[in-house]
Amino acid sequence: MSPLPETDPTPALEIQGIAFSYASRAVLQDVSIRVPVGAFCVLLGVNGAGKTTLFSLLTRLFLCRQGSIRILGRNLNSDGRRALAELGVVFQQPTLDLDLSVRQNLRYFCVLQGLDPALAQTRIEQALREIGLIDRGGDKVRQLSGGQRRRLELARALLHQPRLLLADEPTVGLDIHSRQAILQQVRAECHQRGIGVLWATHLVDEVQPDDEVVVLHEGRVLMQGTAQAMMHSTSTETVGDAFNRLTRGEPA
Amino acid sequence: MSPGQYLRCMVGIFKREWLRFVHQRERFFGALVRPLVWLFIFAAGFRSVLGVSIIPPYETYILYEEYIVPGLAAMVLLFSGMQGSLSMVYDREMGSMRLLMVSPFPRWYLLVCKLTAGTLVAVLQVYLFLAIAWFWDIRPPSWGYLLVFPALLLSGLMLGALGLLLSSLIRQLENFAGVMNFVIFPMFFASSALYPLWRIRDSSVPLYQICLYNPFTSAVELIRFALYGQVDPTALAWVVGTLAVFLGAAIYGYDPARELMRRK
Repeated sequence: MSPLPETDPTPALEIQGIAFSYASRAVLQDVSIRVPVGAFCVLLGVNGAGKTTLFSLLTRLFLCRQGSIRILGRNLNSDGRRALAELGVVFQQPTLDLDLSVRQNLRYFCVLQGLDPALAQTRIEQALREIGLIDRGGDKVRQLSGGQRRRLELARALLHQPRLLLADEPTVGLDIHSRQAILQQVRAECHQRGIGVLWATHLVDEVQPDDEVVVLHEGRVLMQGTAQAMMHSTSTETVGDAFNRLTRGEPA
Repeated sequence: MSPGQYLRCMVGIFKREWLRFVHQRERFFGALVRPLVWLFIFAAGFRSVLGVSIIPPYETYILYEEYIVPGLAAMVLLFSGMQGSLSMVYDREMGSMRLLMVSPFPRWYLLVCKLTAGTLVAVLQVYLFLAIAWFWDIRPPSWGYLLVFPALLLSGLMLGALGLLLSSLIRQLENFAGVMNFVIFPMFFASSALYPLWRIRDSSVPLYQICLYNPFTSAVELIRFALYGQVDPTALAWVVGTLAVFLGAAIYGYDPARELMRRK
């Protein structure tokens, strides 16, 4: 895929031509993605498409050797710490400490982000109110349901008010109500605070027509555009059909 | 990031380690049982078989129980360091390590804070062990309890840094059993923890050389001398040197450019 044209001077996330391999196995090839500030962008791909590897590169767990990654204009390789400060992440695997309380988990995250304790306390209480866990702040995370834990992780990822949120399949394994609640929470954050969101999923029903969609398949970006444009270009009526047509190589 | 933020981050990591320790009391007492079994059963049984001549820092003949106490204190630190390594591999597999790795603080700083926090908890365990040993009539000079603190801290950091290094090299939790067989047991038995090195030299000179350069031997001797108000400069230098090497290698191992965190 050729480099994307310059349309937004400072997108929340700009990935240009990255590639990555495990030994001789290429996992990502020439991947370019742009997430504008305030956009909800769905990274759609089946299991094994390369989404988690891409997230490992975006969070600097792996080093990007080919291509470039910029977060709010900051190069992740040369200005990594400042770029990470703009980043909120919800990993595919839960990262809460089950034996600590809800508040202890949030406080720990705040110190890792260098937040002032008084400010952290205010934001923690506000976040707990927003996700309906204000009365559960002293409970161990172990006592929360799966959906509550995920919402807590999401709220935690936003405590330092990042301008880019990366969420790697955060709704996998949750019931439909929990999934809807989480999506609603993130979309509200996206619109109200104007943060860019890269939402990786393989669940096509999480995509709305106006969403920006990136289809990642076998390590390559097959298309980037709105869900409507994707359906239009594939002559299909649902996102699921459009995705199937793109990833299975069916003619339009 | 300001110095205040660095300080708060360090205190936060210490606090988390403390809370984990408070919530996992079984682990704490489990770690104490091991040296106590050695002290109460093994040492009592071998008291008459393994006589100890007068060697520094001791000024007179001592019971075997007294001889092995510094070695058992170091054993607590060794197991704690390896337990820390295990939990790092577990955290990495389970994901919580990632939270630490995406913090905007320098990675080396976060690793050093985590290492120090774990070591302080281990030192606390050693003090509890020494307190129990005191009731077993093993009573070094009272100032020794104070002087041994820096020795315990340095030794704990060195062994913890070794654990950190191993955790950067071990890809999967299942491989950890190998660490027990190839690291913990050889380090412990090829040292002066259970017997003076001259006894080993009498049996095998090459083995004596191995024991001499084993960093765990230096940790044991550093603790032994400190507990009796003395400094063993060679042991101190060797512990500090190996700490620098292990810690440097561990930080190198966790650098994303090295890609040792890859699991595929």
